[in-house]
Amino acid sequence: MSTDQNILVKLNDAGLQLNSKWLVKGVSLQVEKGKIVTLIGPNGSGKSTTAKIALGIYKKIDGSVEKYTNKVGYVPQKISIDWTLPLRVNDFMMLTESLNKETIDEALSLTGVIHLKDKNLGDLSGGEFQRVLLARAISKKPDLLVLDEPVQGVDFTGEIALYELIKKISDELSCGILLISHDLHTVMSATDHVVCLNGHVCCSGSPMDVAKNNEYKALFGEQASQILSRYQHKHDHIHTDEGEIKKN
Amino acid sequence: MFDDFFIRALVAGIGVAFVTGPLGCFVIWRRLSYFGDTLAHSALLGVTLAFTMEFNIAISVFVISSMIALILIQLQKKTNLPGDALLGLLAHSSLAVGLVVIGFLTFIRFDIMGLLFGDILAVSVDDLLIIWIGGALILLVLKLIWKPLFASTVNYELAEAEGLNPDRAKAIFTILMAAIIAISIKMVGLLLITGMLIIPAAMARNLSSSPQSMVIYSIIGGLLSVIIGLFTSLEFNTSSGPSIITAALLLFILSLFKIKQSIKLKN
Repeated sequence: MSTDQNILVKLNDAGLQLNSKWLVKGVSLQVEKGKIVTLIGPNGSGKSTTAKIALGIYKKIDGSVEKYTNKVGYVPQKISIDWTLPLRVNDFMMLTESLNKETIDEALSLTGVIHLKDKNLGDLSGGEFQRVLLARAISKKPDLLVLDEPVQGVDFTGEIALYELIKKISDELSCGILLISHDLHTVMSATDHVVCLNGHVCCSGSPMDVAKNNEYKALFGEQASQILSRYQHKHDHIHTDEGEIKKN
Repeated sequence: MFDDFFIRALVAGIGVAFVTGPLGCFVIWRRLSYFGDTLAHSALLGVTLAFTMEFNIAISVFVISSMIALILIQLQKKTNLPGDALLGLLAHSSLAVGLVVIGFLTFIRFDIMGLLFGDILAVSVDDLLIIWIGGALILLVLKLIWKPLFASTVNYELAEAEGLNPDRAKAIFTILMAAIIAISIKMVGLLLITGMLIIPAAMARNLSSSPQSMVIYSIIGGLLSVIIGLFTSLEFNTSSGPSIITAALLLFILSLFKIKQSIKLKN
């Protein structure tokens, strides 16, 4: 653990309850400058919720969030944009911060979509849009990047290139990254710290530590590293409506 | 120069169009047409209040419309009714209550048609001041909240996550809506104010490819509608509101020819 100055965001026993059901409970984690923290876990395990808690999108949470920066770049998992809005890629890049032309061009070039700059946002394919989302998030040179499945819908070679780019950005800007990914291979190779979620923190630590952890094995199966992106989730416990955990 | 009622109406209308242009774009983008309608309907209550208390109409309408907006927000939080039902409830009940109150005020002669559909004869020099100063204030505030408001219109969570405080921008925008209704009620009439907000902006959407160009086309459309509408109103002795809105509709129909071309190009 490094000194406190390097901490960008810190969750202390954070949780969110919706209609008296816990979406996620008791999450403690911190993201530091230049480090990549990855959240893994099955669908519905509270990964996106945890990311949104860290971003301060939810107001009524349990526990607390300490956020030490306002320079944040966010790539949401789902984004519903009203396509009736006349919005070109260039306008979208400047959505939350005014940027000069060079900065926009550079970011769009890095994610390989500079040729789409004057296109209407509604005319992009899913993968193209995902690249624009990532470009927008990195263009403002944030201290903290929160990437919720940033490469969904991107073609296979593009996916590897984008993960390399994310790693490079983390090193060059020395920004902290909170990453949500289903690609266990990437997680294991590029991440500094893994948090395995299943409504609560199952286990966390360095990728190697987590891979050896029994709860992780129970959650993802013994052959998780070989299966890479596709995995089966075996429940070793159930969650009651009150958020209690019962072993099977 | 402002002695002539027609010049006064023209100057007032031009002032209104400058403000409804950009606000109307947000009304379309944020799907607030019926919200605008509700505030406009409630304006009748504000007018009756102004007459009973011998108070300035614009200020009284502004206060009542803002209150209705607040009540709406509270009802949305407290009840399980869908938004459009609550809007309809508030719109029609406030209109009805306003008309009932007018019925009681037998000692004052009301020009109901003028209230509902606008009356260019009614625009005074004081109204010009309210429209131009109030309008300038509205535009200034809109410019200040533009970034968070627009960002949260595109995506609320992105705006919130990246520290733009979209809730505050939304609340301020609601107040701006009440303000534009207050200053344009004499020109366009309370039944047609939303038309003045939506139709030029809808026309602009057909012609534009970026948010900025849509705002500019929307202002131009509003200005043309006001000028054409008011001259028609003078010439044929029609109510000013319907004349302006009809002119806006004609411009919208013309803009449809433009959009047809761009769709053809796409396919």
